[in-house]
Amino acid sequence: MKVRAQIAMVLNLDKCIGCHTCSVTCKNVWTSREGMEYAWFNNVETKPGIGYPKDWENQDRWNGGWVRRKNGRIEPRIGSKWRVLANIFANPDLPEIDDYYEPFTFDYDHLQKAPELPAMPTARPRSLITGERIEKIKWGPNWEEILGGEFEKRAEDYNFDGVEKEIYGQFENTFMMYLPRLCEHCLNPACVASCPSGAIYKREEDGIVLIDQDKCRGWRMCVSGCPYKKIYYNWSSGKSEKCILCYPRIEAGQPTVCSETCVGRIRYLGVVLYDADRIEAAASVPDEQDLYEAQLSIFLDPKDPKVIAQARADGIPESWIEGARHSPIWKMAMEWKVAFPLHPEYRTLPMVWYVPPLSPIQSAAEAGKIGHDGEMPDVKSLRIPLRYLANLLTAGKEEPVALGLERMLAMRAYMRAKTIDGVIDEAIAKRVGLTAAQIDEMYQVMAIANYEDRFVIPTAHRELGEDAYDLRGSCGFSFGNGCSDGRTEPSLFGTPKKAKTPMEVS
Amino acid sequence: MRDAINHIVFGWYPYLCLTVFLLGSLARFDREQYTWRSGSSQMLRKRQLTWGSNLFHVGILIIFLGHFVGLLTPIQIFDALGISHGFKQMMAIVVGGVAGVACLVGMTLLVHRRLFDSRIRKTSSVGDIAVLLLLYAQLVLGLATIVVSLGHLDGHEMVRFMTWAQGILTLQPGVSSLIADAHPIFKAHLFLGMTIFLVFPFTRLVHIWSAPVWYLGRRGYQVVRSRSGVNAARPAMSRVRNLPAE
Repeated sequence: MKVRAQIAMVLNLDKCIGCHTCSVTCKNVWTSREGMEYAWFNNVETKPGIGYPKDWENQDRWNGGWVRRKNGRIEPRIGSKWRVLANIFANPDLPEIDDYYEPFTFDYDHLQKAPELPAMPTARPRSLITGERIEKIKWGPNWEEILGGEFEKRAEDYNFDGVEKEIYGQFENTFMMYLPRLCEHCLNPACVASCPSGAIYKREEDGIVLIDQDKCRGWRMCVSGCPYKKIYYNWSSGKSEKCILCYPRIEAGQPTVCSETCVGRIRYLGVVLYDADRIEAAASVPDEQDLYEAQLSIFLDPKDPKVIAQARADGIPESWIEGARHSPIWKMAMEWKVAFPLHPEYRTLPMVWYVPPLSPIQSAAEAGKIGHDGEMPDVKSLRIPLRYLANLLTAGKEEPVALGLERMLAMRAYMRAKTIDGVIDEAIAKRVGLTAAQIDEMYQVMAIANYEDRFVIPTAHRELGEDAYDLRGSCGFSFGNGCSDGRTEPSLFGTPKKAKTPMEVS
Repeated sequence: MRDAINHIVFGWYPYLCLTVFLLGSLARFDREQYTWRSGSSQMLRKRQLTWGSNLFHVGILIIFLGHFVGLLTPIQIFDALGISHGFKQMMAIVVGGVAGVACLVGMTLLVHRRLFDSRIRKTSSVGDIAVLLLLYAQLVLGLATIVVSLGHLDGHEMVRFMTWAQGILTLQPGVSSLIADAHPIFKAHLFLGMTIFLVFPFTRLVHIWSAPVWYLGRRGYQVVRSRSGVNAARPAMSRVRNLPAE
């Protein structure tokens, strides 16, 4: 057993209202720069939909993630190491910018500077890559927002696999949900595995996956390797970039920007302990539908004395073990089993977990006939097809998602009984395999969702690993080259000269 | 006067180029590693790149290896192996010719793409365009030398260039006199070749230094970095370990 700690995230989709505050605040902080205009470290997709970039879940097309070979070993789906190198001159699995969207701005200037005209001046779109006029914007960062576009296109969503999707094209039967996506900071990251330079790495102390901007050479294999398409090639710097889980904030014990600003309070951050020796075995189980259980099995109970002893022996700081004991992630994903990994079939062991959304009972007309399982409606009669959620979260296995949804329904029924009728209905809790105390805690964490319950983030213990004396006066976040922003002006080495802002000139 | 110019260009200039090539690369790697990248534009436009880049790279790698081995292997080794000068000359013409044509086709696609595709043109630096055109010109000159070489298939010209290259690398600038009466196309090819070394550290060509062949030797797939023992000032130098244990 080798105990490691990971900062993981849970997103409670039942409460996501699709406001995009997470995406916008993230963009403002991290990717509002030349070369990254098209990139969203965090984006919110309306499902069903083909997503961003287009069709990202179709790994027959993009070859992301891992594949299990006949001999039981796993290798990146883009190919073994020599195949990756053979494709280095022209990567056959690389999305083009149009698969994301061509970034654009508008001629806002024209609104102010237009001469007197018979018609109102308009701000027409302009490409942020070429600076040329775009006559018609064909795709954007959130083109499918709230079921935009025709059903035929949306229906190409990979998660309809095994679902009779035709009826969901009818207005009366349609359904939708929001899926905020960011880097999964996987335990078995395919991007790391496919980087020929070895520039991408997982931090041992908190599991954050980062790209060393100095060592990245822009071979762009990680973009293909990542099945979630959460690595973005910066066409201006020629380096790949990805979500950094706001590590400067995490190190200081603060939540990521997306989590901090989430108005729906759907995001949770906390520590989980896992056994690093069992990663490969868990990622290599033969049946894809067993991957969710396999992934669960490598997490270690932070209350188990043997785990605590081994964690101490492996150098996990005491505050992190303590954090793991109060981790909302452990509670939701491992204890109550209401949060699930996104597409475990990619075999990357993702560390961003999703609580599936409840939805209204399918048809009001049939309301009377709906199988009431005691106090609760049957989760199979919910508007969002169970199979669809299972395709998204458990490689198509419906039972775990059904249990998760039942537990959330049970929480509602239990709390209704408690607050309206004034009874503690142990039977409801028991029927879904929980205790009344657990449901009370679920309610506290998931419904009330106080700040301190959502974010249990121990600060980084840099003093244990580094000579803090060397760190004094050093720069914080940078793109490489020590404290410079990566652009030297005037540059000997071909970087474009950056236009000075009025502030810099004066 | 002609001799003096010849000596400057083929006796001194190589040392200027090699010095800038080595020290410039070192300085850039040390000080500006953030700018050290292949500079791929595939994401902006795949069309023309798949064929162009593959043909260009495979072609130019063969040509580079051919020049490296052909020019820098002492002629005595070929003699000892019983490879005649004429045969070596023919080999150079055939292999270089085939690879050169493949490279030319690829580069033509790449040049067309870079100059006439607005996405690529607008995002190119002056250096990107200049180095591509420089390589293109060098390739055309190199292919043109085949025509000249067909006039002396016994290989004596080739041996003279070998002697010159080896002389330069063994610090004998005097070998420049060997080039004095070479065909102008050869002289231009040599001059441009040295110039490519001169501009090398200032262009995207530096990615050649970083050809990731080490990837094949990486044990396992995962890379985990621990903080302990790491000098915070140089995160790039931190310890790299493999995971999962194989």
